Amino acid sequence: MATALTRKDFTSDQEVRWCPGCGDYAILAAVQKVMPEFGIPPEKCVFISGIGCSSRFPYYMNTYGFHTIHGRAPAFASGLKIARPDLDVWVVTGDGDGLSIGGNHLIHVLRRNVDLNILLFNNRIYGLTKGQYSPTSERGKVTKSTPVGSIDFPFNPITVALGAHATFVARSVDVEQKHLGEMLKRAHAHRGTSFLEILQNCNIFNDGAFNDLTDKAIKADHQLVLEHGKPLVFGKNRDRGIRLNGLRPEVVALGNGVTEKDLLVHDETNLALAFLLGNFEPPMPTPIGVFYCESRPAYDAEAARQIENVTAKMGKGDLHKLLRGGDTWTVN
Amino acid sequence: MAVPPEAASQAAHSQGSGSAGDAHKPLTQREGVVIRFAGDSGDGMQLVGTQFTSESALAGNDIATVPDFPAEIRAPAGTLAGVSSFQVNISSSEIFTAGDEPNVLVAMNPAALKANIGDLSPNAVIIADRESFTDANLKRAGYDSNPLTDHSLDKFQVFEVDVTKLTTLALHGLGLTNRQVVRCRNMFVLGLISWLYQRPIEATVSWLESRFKKTPEVLEANVRALKAGYNYGETTELFASGYKVPPAKIAPGVYRNITGNSATALGFTVAAQKAGRPLFLGSYPITPASDILHELSGYKNYNVYTFQAEDEIAGVCSAIGAAFGGAIAITTTSGPGVNLKAEAIGLAIKVELPLVITDVQRAGPSTGMPTKPEQADLLMALFGRHGEAPLPVIAAATPADCFECAYEAVRLAVKYMTPVILLTDGSLANGAEPWLLPDPDKFEPIKVEFRTDPNGFMPYARDEETLARPWAVPGTPGLMHRVGGLTGEHLTGNVSYSPSNHEMMIRLRARKIAGIAREVKPLEIFGDEQGGDLVVLGWGSTFGPIREAVKQLRAKGQKVSHIHLRYLNPLPKDLGEKLRRFKKVMVAEMNLGQLLKLVRADYLIDAIGCNKIQGRPFKVSELVSRITRALED
Repeated sequence: MATALTRKDFTSDQEVRWCPGCGDYAILAAVQKVMPEFGIPPEKCVFISGIGCSSRFPYYMNTYGFHTIHGRAPAFASGLKIARPDLDVWVVTGDGDGLSIGGNHLIHVLRRNVDLNILLFNNRIYGLTKGQYSPTSERGKVTKSTPVGSIDFPFNPITVALGAHATFVARSVDVEQKHLGEMLKRAHAHRGTSFLEILQNCNIFNDGAFNDLTDKAIKADHQLVLEHGKPLVFGKNRDRGIRLNGLRPEVVALGNGVTEKDLLVHDETNLALAFLLGNFEPPMPTPIGVFYCESRPAYDAEAARQIENVTAKMGKGDLHKLLRGGDTWTVN
Repeated sequence: MAVPPEAASQAAHSQGSGSAGDAHKPLTQREGVVIRFAGDSGDGMQLVGTQFTSESALAGNDIATVPDFPAEIRAPAGTLAGVSSFQVNISSSEIFTAGDEPNVLVAMNPAALKANIGDLSPNAVIIADRESFTDANLKRAGYDSNPLTDHSLDKFQVFEVDVTKLTTLALHGLGLTNRQVVRCRNMFVLGLISWLYQRPIEATVSWLESRFKKTPEVLEANVRALKAGYNYGETTELFASGYKVPPAKIAPGVYRNITGNSATALGFTVAAQKAGRPLFLGSYPITPASDILHELSGYKNYNVYTFQAEDEIAGVCSAIGAAFGGAIAITTTSGPGVNLKAEAIGLAIKVELPLVITDVQRAGPSTGMPTKPEQADLLMALFGRHGEAPLPVIAAATPADCFECAYEAVRLAVKYMTPVILLTDGSLANGAEPWLLPDPDKFEPIKVEFRTDPNGFMPYARDEETLARPWAVPGTPGLMHRVGGLTGEHLTGNVSYSPSNHEMMIRLRARKIAGIAREVKPLEIFGDEQGGDLVVLGWGSTFGPIREAVKQLRAKGQKVSHIHLRYLNPLPKDLGEKLRRFKKVMVAEMNLGQLLKLVRADYLIDAIGCNKIQGRPFKVSELVSRITRALED
């Protein structure tokens, strides 16, 4: 690059039209802030989305963008990345788009490990259709479509991704700009599908859903920040931790003979541990950070490799030969 | 069909006079013959049929084939549900169909006989494996008594052959298991029929050699069974003579035998190569379209990417993603899959990206009869989307025509920046015919010009002639833009809720598609160019039976003609005028009258329908009688 890229290079001329106060603004800001750091020119970047509030995202990025149909963004992105491995392809989806109508595409893109960065904005509500419960809404949720409370059990995006054998699984929070920026960088650096759940506040239909993680006064007591190789410590005074009791995790207070040495140490490469942490629900603290990261060949690279190998072995295709495939005979 | 239906059977009694070939028995000359091989789905009848077809092609005959197999992979042995058959029409003159009624039936068991006997021509030849007509097999097929002995087959020429025993004897000493021996029965049958019709078996021997390279004992067994069958025909008292079907007068050139699905796969591959772009297929397995996926997955050195998606929707969506990236993008499916893809096709229409959707039609609705052909997806192809969403629809007429149509579909998609639906069907997909190989150097070029100039770039500015928008692919500096399903503003494509803009964009896209009619060549009238008593209008796989029926009626002096459509949308400009030259218009199609509806609506022509929805192509005789009746009305 002749001149360094700036945030402006990634900002489109379109007016941003989310509701004032929406968590999506913070996520857009974080993405526009980190993109220049990758050194990839905007024309090499593509943002692909489905349908929903989050899926308006591509319009605001001065990159190539495709606002597709509900739930199918991973499929569009897979086709694009396989055909054009040179591009930096991002998928922006939500809890309804990605886990309800598009659940099938999400699990399959994860198992295939196409080199995409998937950002799933989880606000635990349908915003664009004006407030129905979503597949991540807690049980008993009263919404327009569930006046006496929802009765279905929610998905946990992290364990869904782990269950689909995703190779990179992480979580962050819309307003935790520094942490979110770090997670975006980690996700981008990963080769294969990166799955980043971003807890996002819908201040119109589900305000305060993540208050305990965002309220400065209490968040330290509810957030468990995962760091590879470090013991699982949390709390305002960093005086509590996670210990394994048999196969069950438990919260313990540090002191009185309990030291950090007794605590679980986070290991991003341990799938069992990732599941264990992924299943943390209140009153356990909510983990944020990288749950799991493994290196596995990316689908798009493998597809390209097969084409190269076959071409090297059989020679570049010759149309005359192709048409004559099989038995031929000549009529004089 | 050009073959008199009595062909082979009567010949069984006539004194032959031919002397060609190695045969020592007399030969009887025949214009052609329709043979159906039938057995359990595990009996290898498709293979026998395919090899016999290859032998006949090498002998210079015109050929047409149609396989008929159950949807069940292995239905219980010996039952009607498990019968698999393969029909081939070989002829010394030009033919258009695989034949109405077989003159020869090879029945490997009672079920195969029962399932096919109703289709045979009067006095047809039946060659049956006598040993398989056991009490148990007869019961499984639902026979109360043995048809080989109870005189119920007296109107046919029945030849009972102990296929299993003769095969076992031929393979004696090879140390094969019983099961291995039984699996060679089909080669014995192929050998016998090859002798009967004086086909050279060398090609089959070399095919076996390449297939069983790694298992010499299996190769030896198959070759021995084949030759034993051939020699049996020559030496047995059973057959008085062999038959000779002389070569047909065929245009000179190099030929191969091709199925519709193979031709479709080749057409796409060649089109992408001519466009200089990779081919991307996003697809989900579905009968009867899967072979296109299989075939294309073998063309990796032609820069072909095949993506077996998690479902039909992901198949089309991945293809649209690849098209956004500049690939020649296609998806292949059958009717149920088109339903699932409808929303995504609408998006491709709206964002204006090139894409080809192939619908290998099968009998519906719902799962219907997956292995059987139908033409009932026409109106879905034309109108099966929400909103005003026109796209070009073209249909292939014969197996080999699938090649040209696939190529044409890609050409239109790229030129007009639009999805295109290509309609074939189950009978084209698996049916085969000889294909005069075209010269790929002479195809109309497919021009792909990506926009690169940022100066004045607008993603929805249009070419003045075609109304196509520019193809601006990611990676191009200065052209960053966003596309999507929301209504876009003229020129910029930015989201717009302007009422007048919405209508303008819909009209622009409709005009773009309608404008394709400009380059559709004038329709050919087979028959009376200036008009006559009746014209049969068809589209798709009904070409063969319609053409043959019209030929037969014209030979009798009837003023009957044939017009066949490749372009279903837009319809050719001269269609209305040409139809009006005839006193009567009959629309023959394998549905309840879908093209008929369009003809009546678009041209106010009081056309008559000729319809069949049985999962089977029209028989020529059916069309002849329907047309005759219409002429008399």
